[in-house]
Parts: sequence; structure tokens; C-alpha cells
Amino acid sequence: MIGRAAVVLLVLFMTLPTVVVVAVSFNPTAIMSFPPAGLSLRWYANALGYPQFQRAAVNSLIVTAAASAIALLVGTAAALALERARLRGRHVWATALLSPLVVPGVAAGLGFLILAAGLGLLRSRLVLIAAHVALVLPFVVRSVWVSVKNLDPTLERAAASLGATPWRTFRRVTLPLLRPGLFAALLFAVIVSANEFVVSLFVSSRLTEILPVAMFTYVVNYTDPTIAALSSLFIAATLALVWIADRFFGLAAVFLLDR
Amino acid sequence: MTALRSPAGPPSGAPTPSGTRVVVELRGCTRDFGGVRAVDGLDLSVREGELLSLLGPSGCGKTTTLNLIAGFVAPTTGRVLIDDQDVTARPPHERGLGVVFQSYALFPHLSVFENVAFGLRERRVSEAEIRRRVGEALALVRLGEEGARRPRQLSGGMQQRAALARALVYTPRVLLLDEPLAALDRKLREEMRTELREILRSVGITAIFVTHDQAEALSLSDRVAVMNRGRIEQLGAPREVYERPATRFVADFIGASSRVRGRAVATDRVELGPGQSLEVRAGRPLSVGATVELGIRPERVVVAPPDGPRVNRIAGRVTRLTYLGAQTEVTVEIAGGASVLGLVPEPSPVSLAVGREVTLALPPDAFLVL
Repeated sequence: MIGRAAVVLLVLFMTLPTVVVVAVSFNPTAIMSFPPAGLSLRWYANALGYPQFQRAAVNSLIVTAAASAIALLVGTAAALALERARLRGRHVWATALLSPLVVPGVAAGLGFLILAAGLGLLRSRLVLIAAHVALVLPFVVRSVWVSVKNLDPTLERAAASLGATPWRTFRRVTLPLLRPGLFAALLFAVIVSANEFVVSLFVSSRLTEILPVAMFTYVVNYTDPTIAALSSLFIAATLALVWIADRFFGLAAVFLLDR
Repeated sequence: MTALRSPAGPPSGAPTPSGTRVVVELRGCTRDFGGVRAVDGLDLSVREGELLSLLGPSGCGKTTTLNLIAGFVAPTTGRVLIDDQDVTARPPHERGLGVVFQSYALFPHLSVFENVAFGLRERRVSEAEIRRRVGEALALVRLGEEGARRPRQLSGGMQQRAALARALVYTPRVLLLDEPLAALDRKLREEMRTELREILRSVGITAIFVTHDQAEALSLSDRVAVMNRGRIEQLGAPREVYERPATRFVADFIGASSRVRGRAVATDRVELGPGQSLEVRAGRPLSVGATVELGIRPERVVVAPPDGPRVNRIAGRVTRLTYLGAQTEVTVEIAGGASVLGLVPEPSPVSLAVGREVTLALPPDAFLVL
């Protein structure tokens, strides 16, 4: 009984901030009060109609899509190399590729900023994409690596014995069997990249800034619930992603759990 | 044993003594794995249409030998030939062989039909032809109804047959089987042994398979290569290997045998102790004066023989009885302390008990001189 009560309390504690944000987003008044005084969609209209948010949403889509795609490609190659190739100092490489950035985001952001300035790329999305690739890569490598480890190498030998070239073997056997891991990797990459704030703040300009940065700028200047509405949309989008993942692959497979 | 190995480096295409074509040939193949020699200067010729087994304990190099032929492992030195062509440098997918793996290695993401069709698709066979040939292959292994299922929905025996169909469907030049029955439980294994041989015979394919199970090797193959420490100790027909083991290792590894030690007092007589000698007809004369170790298979030992010619009769005492159902294994200690193992069919015509005195007859032609 006590155990169940503790779990319920814990879940309440963890979800409370989300609940508050969603509730506030429907507030008809211009202040973020809780509980809300009524029900209105005006802040949703405001959020969706705000030009800087529209521009930031496009930036977010571009940066997240590009960074996730690059990280998936590079990360898969890295995971395969870590498991298959006889690398010298494999453990060092593995540790470097698997640990999420251990330096504070501020330091990393500053580093990217200095590099970007040196290369004259301050106004480009390229730096933002590069930074996101670096931040997302450990998550990608980790989930692909687990799938690679679970892959029976005899299956690839079997394909070769049946006449498949290395590339055909990769296409017809390796890749399909890695699919749940690749999908999990993509999901992680998208979620991490879409929510990344600290490093992005350093390497964003007004024209290239992504949604979390635009939201922060908005909060600094205004105090109406627009930001709560946008946050609720964000939450909905993430939940939708997870739902799709579960629908097509099963969450157990995506998060590599045993059912 | 060297006489039983194939001659080193016969000219290409030369017929083997039996006059059939050589399909697979290993010439002086050695393979090291980080300082460990898995295969050591191996010569082997596999003839068209024969079923050849590589038999030996784990670590004897039999699987590495198979991998050398399949191309999964490259020899450190030596050459691999298929149909007189040097394929040493050719990758597995260009060797045109079929492989049945111990774990079956069926593709879990494909249906049984698509598993079997895999090799045909790689060969760009037309869709209609694929349907026809996969259908035939599945019928051959009695899986005609299971094409739509996934491998994990099949029983172990069915998976084994699906793996066989997948490797046979494109009529490979040679079929390699790595411990094909080891993953099955005993009863199923014995059924599959018969079925496997019938399928391979009906297809008429050349097959090489690896096994550590002597019953499997003896019952499935035309020739058995007994391997030990990366070398072939003996290569011959099952009966030959069993009845005339060329080395002590082969005698020990294949079948049980008892050993007695003595001194050759004539070219056909061995003295075990004072006043006790045995007549030995082992096919070659013994060198007089030398110490000789004789082996004898339990099924050749006659326990409590009826009256008859009194050749090689030895008295002893029963020290152990092991009931095996169809027969009982009898351990008899003879004068001098050596133990001889014999088999008595059940129900036993003689009454035996531990401690009882018993007479053994050892036929002169039953001895293996080790």
C-alpha cells in the first residue's frame, strides 16, 4: 500500500509541471495564473501567428532534421565500427562516443561560438546543425550499438554463403535487423535536438534561432501565456512521436526493453 | 596414417584412386589464430557426390576446415580449390556453395519462403521460377505448408529442414553442414539423421559435414576424416575407420576399446604375463621382442563363451556391471590388473554378478595394434 502511494505521489510530482503548463495555456487572461480563470484558445492563436515563432519553427525543423539524419548515418557507421572493426583503443573511442557531452552546455556553447566566429559562420545554420550532431550522437551510437551487439554475425555469413555481396547482405539482412535500434536512435535524436537550448543559444542569430531559443527570448520580454500554449504544442508533438513509435515498432522494441 | 592421406599436390584434375572427380581440394592448408594453430598443413580431396564428414573433438580444427572451404576464414598458408580452380582469395559469396549452420542462421525478419528464396533472388532468378523452385525445395524437406510462417514459429527440427532447403534450392556445387543435428534433442536427432541422408542422397549432392558425434559420422557418410590437433589422423570408409583405426587417437575417439599391454614373443603372439599369451592376427606381423599395446572393442569380446576351440581364453573377475537396456556392459579385471570391457546382450544368457569369476574369449582377428 505504501509502495503504491509512493509511486502515485512520484508520478504526480513528475507530471505536475506539465499539467500546470497545459492548464495555464488555456487561460483567457494575459497573466500566467494557476488555476486558469476560464478556457480560451487565444494564446494558441497568438503563438501560431507570431512571425518570430514561425521562423524559429522552420529553423527547428531544418536543424533537427539535418542533425538527426547526419547523426543517424555517422552514428550507425560508428556503432558498426566499434563492434566489428578491430580498432586499437576501442574502449577509448567507445567512451568518447557514448558519453553525452560531459562539459557544461555553457562551455560547449562558448566553444562552438568561438569556432563559428573564427570560421565566419555566425549567421549560418551550419554551426547549429554541427553542434546538434555532436550533442545527439552519443544517444544514436548507444542505441544502434545495442542492436549491433544483438545481431548474430552468422546471419551475415549465411547471406554471404547464399551469394549476397557485402552490400546486398547489409541491405537485405543487417539493415532490416537493425531497424528497431535505428528507429529508437532517430527518436532520441529528434527529441534531444528539438529540445536543445543552452548550446543553441550561443550559436543562434535572430535569423537562425530555433524554437527553444525563440521561446526563451519571448519569455524574457513578455509574460503572457503564449509560451505555455507553445509548450503544450511541443508536449503534444513529443507524445505523438512516441505514440507513432509504439504503434509501428512497439515501445519495448524502440527502447530495447524485454517485454 | 600418412598412407591414408591423399597424396600431396596431385596434378590438377587428376582422378583419385577410385576414379571419381575431385570437387573440393585443400592443399597444405594451415590456419593460425593468434599463435594457436587451428589447422595444420591439411590436405584433403573431396570426391564428386560423396558425403564426407570431418569428425573430431572440439578444438580439433574441423569447423575451421569447413570455414576455409566456405571462405569465411582465409588460410594462413595453403590453397583451396573448387573444381580445380584456386578459390583461396575468392570471397564466400562468389564460391557458389551451400552452408547449413549449427544455429541454422535463418533470417528472423523473413518468412520461411523468403528465407529459402534468398539465394535465388541473389541469382536474379525470375519470380515464377522462384515460386516453383522454393515450392519444390520446401516439399523436399516436408515444409510445403509452412512457407508463410516465420522461422521462430517453427520447431527445431523444422528450422533445421528449412535451413537445409535454403542451402539446397539453388543446387550449390557443394553443401557444407556444420554440426547440423547438434541443436536437436536426441530422439529427433536420430530421426533427422536418417532423413538428412535420404535427402542428400536423393539430391545427389557432394556434402561435407562437421560433427563431434561418431554415430552421426559413421551412419551419414561415405568417408570419415578423423581430425585431431588440426590434422587428419585417418581418412576412410566408416567401417575402415572403426575396425582398423590407424592411430591410437582414432581408436580411442571412435568407439570404446579396452587396452592390454604385453610383449611380442612371435610375429603373431603377445605375452601378457607368465604363462598367459594371446594369438594376434592384426594384418601385419608384430616385431618380436617389442612391447605391444592391444586394443579390443567391447562388442568383439565374448563373455563366458560356450565350449569350443580354446583360443585366447582368459580368466578374470567381474568388477562392474552397467545395464544399458538392450545389453549390459561388463568390466572384467584379468590377471595383471588390466580391465577388459565386454558387452552381453539382454536378456543375458549367462548369470553375471560383481565379484564372480568369468572366462573371456578374445578372437585373434579382433585386436587393434596401437
